[in-house]
Amino acid sequence: MSLMPKSRKARRRLAAVALAAPILAGAAALAFYALGDSVSFFYSPSQAKASNVPAGRTIELGGLVAMGSLKKTPDGGIAFSVADQKDAYPVVYRGEVPDLFREGQGVVAKGAFGSDGVFRATEILAKHDERYMPRELVKALKASGEWRGDPQTAAAK
Amino acid sequence: MIAEFGSFALVLAFALSIAQLGLSAAGRLRGNPSLAGAGEGAAGGAFICTAAAFAALTFAFVTSDFSVVNVAANSHTDKPLFYKITGVWGSHEGSMLLWCLALTGYGAVMAIFGSGLPARLKSTAVAVQGALGVLFLGYTVFASNPLLRLPNPPVEGHSLNPLLQDPFLAIHPPFLYSGYVGMSVVFSLSLAALIEGRVDAAWARWVRPWALAAWSLLTIGIMLGSFWSYYVLGWGGWWSWDPVENASFMPWLAATALLHSATVTEKRGALAGWTVFLGLVAFTFSMLGAFLVRSGVLTSVHAFAIDPARGVLLLSILAIAAGAGFLVFAWRAPKLAPGGLFAPISREGALVLNNLFIAAATAAVLFGTLFPLIKQAASGDAASVGPPYFNRTFAPIMAAVLVVLPLAPLMPWKRADLVGALQRLLAAALAAVAAGIAVVALARPGDVVTAMGVALAVWLIAGTLTELVQRVRGGGAKASEMLRRFVGLPRGTLGMSLAHIGLGVFILGAALETSGRIEAAQVLGLGGHMNVAGYDLRLDKVAAVQGPNYTAERADLTVTRGGSPVCAAAPERRFYPANQQTTSRVTICVQGPSDLYLVVGEPRAAGGPSSWLIRAYWNPWVRLIFLGPLLMALGGALSLSDRRLRLGVPRRARAAQAVAEAAE
Repeated sequence: MSLMPKSRKARRRLAAVALAAPILAGAAALAFYALGDSVSFFYSPSQAKASNVPAGRTIELGGLVAMGSLKKTPDGGIAFSVADQKDAYPVVYRGEVPDLFREGQGVVAKGAFGSDGVFRATEILAKHDERYMPRELVKALKASGEWRGDPQTAAAK
Repeated sequence: MIAEFGSFALVLAFALSIAQLGLSAAGRLRGNPSLAGAGEGAAGGAFICTAAAFAALTFAFVTSDFSVVNVAANSHTDKPLFYKITGVWGSHEGSMLLWCLALTGYGAVMAIFGSGLPARLKSTAVAVQGALGVLFLGYTVFASNPLLRLPNPPVEGHSLNPLLQDPFLAIHPPFLYSGYVGMSVVFSLSLAALIEGRVDAAWARWVRPWALAAWSLLTIGIMLGSFWSYYVLGWGGWWSWDPVENASFMPWLAATALLHSATVTEKRGALAGWTVFLGLVAFTFSMLGAFLVRSGVLTSVHAFAIDPARGVLLLSILAIAAGAGFLVFAWRAPKLAPGGLFAPISREGALVLNNLFIAAATAAVLFGTLFPLIKQAASGDAASVGPPYFNRTFAPIMAAVLVVLPLAPLMPWKRADLVGALQRLLAAALAAVAAGIAVVALARPGDVVTAMGVALAVWLIAGTLTELVQRVRGGGAKASEMLRRFVGLPRGTLGMSLAHIGLGVFILGAALETSGRIEAAQVLGLGGHMNVAGYDLRLDKVAAVQGPNYTAERADLTVTRGGSPVCAAAPERRFYPANQQTTSRVTICVQGPSDLYLVVGEPRAAGGPSSWLIRAYWNPWVRLIFLGPLLMALGGALSLSDRRLRLGVPRRARAAQAVAEAAE
């Protein structure tokens, strides 16, 4: 007695599943494996403080560049502080600064906290559009009461 | 006056799309050719009216008519004429109008030149295309009209984002949109075939030229976007797996899979359901892209013209169009006639494998792109997925595709001899292994990933060339005879080979550039030196320059290598007063296939004489990354010029013959 189904249609279906299943399962396994350390979560400074982000974990830190905090370091890098109304964290960064990066502007820095509590950014979100703000940042700013209106409507005025 | 005329034309286009849908559907239901003909006429009319609206908006931009909201928000009198014109599609509203222009344009071409299609299929397809027109034109008229007037026009406009004032980006949207929206015809034909309940070899033959044209345009559109982001943004990279980039890449992947599965349907009558499914998926991804790019639901560095309120409307359009498509698919696909069986070792077997892997790769990209949304909905945490995810999933899956790729053209349909095909590719395999070993042993010791990339690229290029050579050689033919045979090859075959070589060229460039890139950044005073990849850079002078609508600081750098001059570079840092925005103007010293890429940063006056941050990137073989897709698109165009595939050529008689052949 054969285990293969009798009808031609069912056999065809079985063959298709037998071929597709390992490839799709492999792709899914690969996806979940790769996702593990590629996902980074977004924190505002007060959220980062509350959840006590461990040093070395890659996160996105978003807030406003505190007024008067931006300094250029002699090695070609910059130091500034990312703040919301409750907390602020010092950030150091070497590399290209987005053209729209300035004090008082919203910023999202990607990187990790060092053991000294200084956030070492590897990437600063470059925006192409002065009206654009990352959604996470808008939410965090609204939550902390620093939101200054919808940039779209502001621009239309 | 012109703007009101444009608004009127736009509303008329919307009404004509409704007429196109109604008349074509009625023509099909009653079997009435005059009603169907009227529907085709309405399709032509919708295009003419949309074109008139587009022309009116262009006129408003060229004449800087700031009483039109869109012009006031996106133009400026100081802007050069070229960028006044390209500003038309620089905003949300204008780009949706461009989308509608392409959509009605494709509908009109299908209605007027698609005389080879069977009458019923054509009427249904024109009706579906009309329904898409109703959705998108309705959106443009009611929610995103670019021709609205301002009650109190300003004296001067806000000007276009200076990053968009670039020749490559200016022509990038027309190509990208022609590609995106070209998939709408495939969508309409797929849905029509499902409604008519007939998906056969002849249908695949009609779909393929549209898919091929859209795919080629999309390839160029993505390449231009990548090239723009490479040399305008000053970050030295060309792809970052950003959601907006992925949004354009997913329809491309679906279209690539579709081209291959449509070949199987055309030649062997098999995979009919799957091909139709891909036809629906390709345009669904196009619409998903339009939604993702404009709604701002995902954090992207390339987000332009976003508007969350309108995002909901775009999502509704996506849900209606794709939902209807897949519902019809679920209902009708099981009733499609099953195709012929085939042996697993055959060309169609290889193409099925290709489709499975591409589908898996597309799913991986889709999952990574939408993961932040899923995560947000599930747990409320904001998250983002970085490039490592995509590199680790997409690259290995596509590597599997590339291993199989050179085998497929060497395998005949129905039943093939795998050992024979492998033997014929022995030289190519040896070349690939040798190239890989050379990289890992000599050029970049221990870098296995690069070695595998180079080996795959060589395997692909050499394997494709082997197939071509074997086609023209044989029987001890002389060179002249071989040339004659080469010219006599079907253009579809040549196009396929060119596209595959283009893919190989791209992979070669990507592997070499990614592993060999060198970055250097240094603060230089006047007369200061820095070194990158054996090139010596000297900062000679920094001067202020005045552009048409910007002021700039220009750094003059002399680049030498081993004492001999290489180039004089003058990167700029531009300030656009109309936008209060600063941008970098990169200078690229082209060194054969490689680039020396120079950016000047902010001045640093702290302590002592003024100095500037100079960043330099050495991007070896980067030109191949842009040449490869160009070859692929050329391959697509070459295939399209094949007489067997020319738009509108297949007549009923031929189609019947093709069906008979496929049934044999």
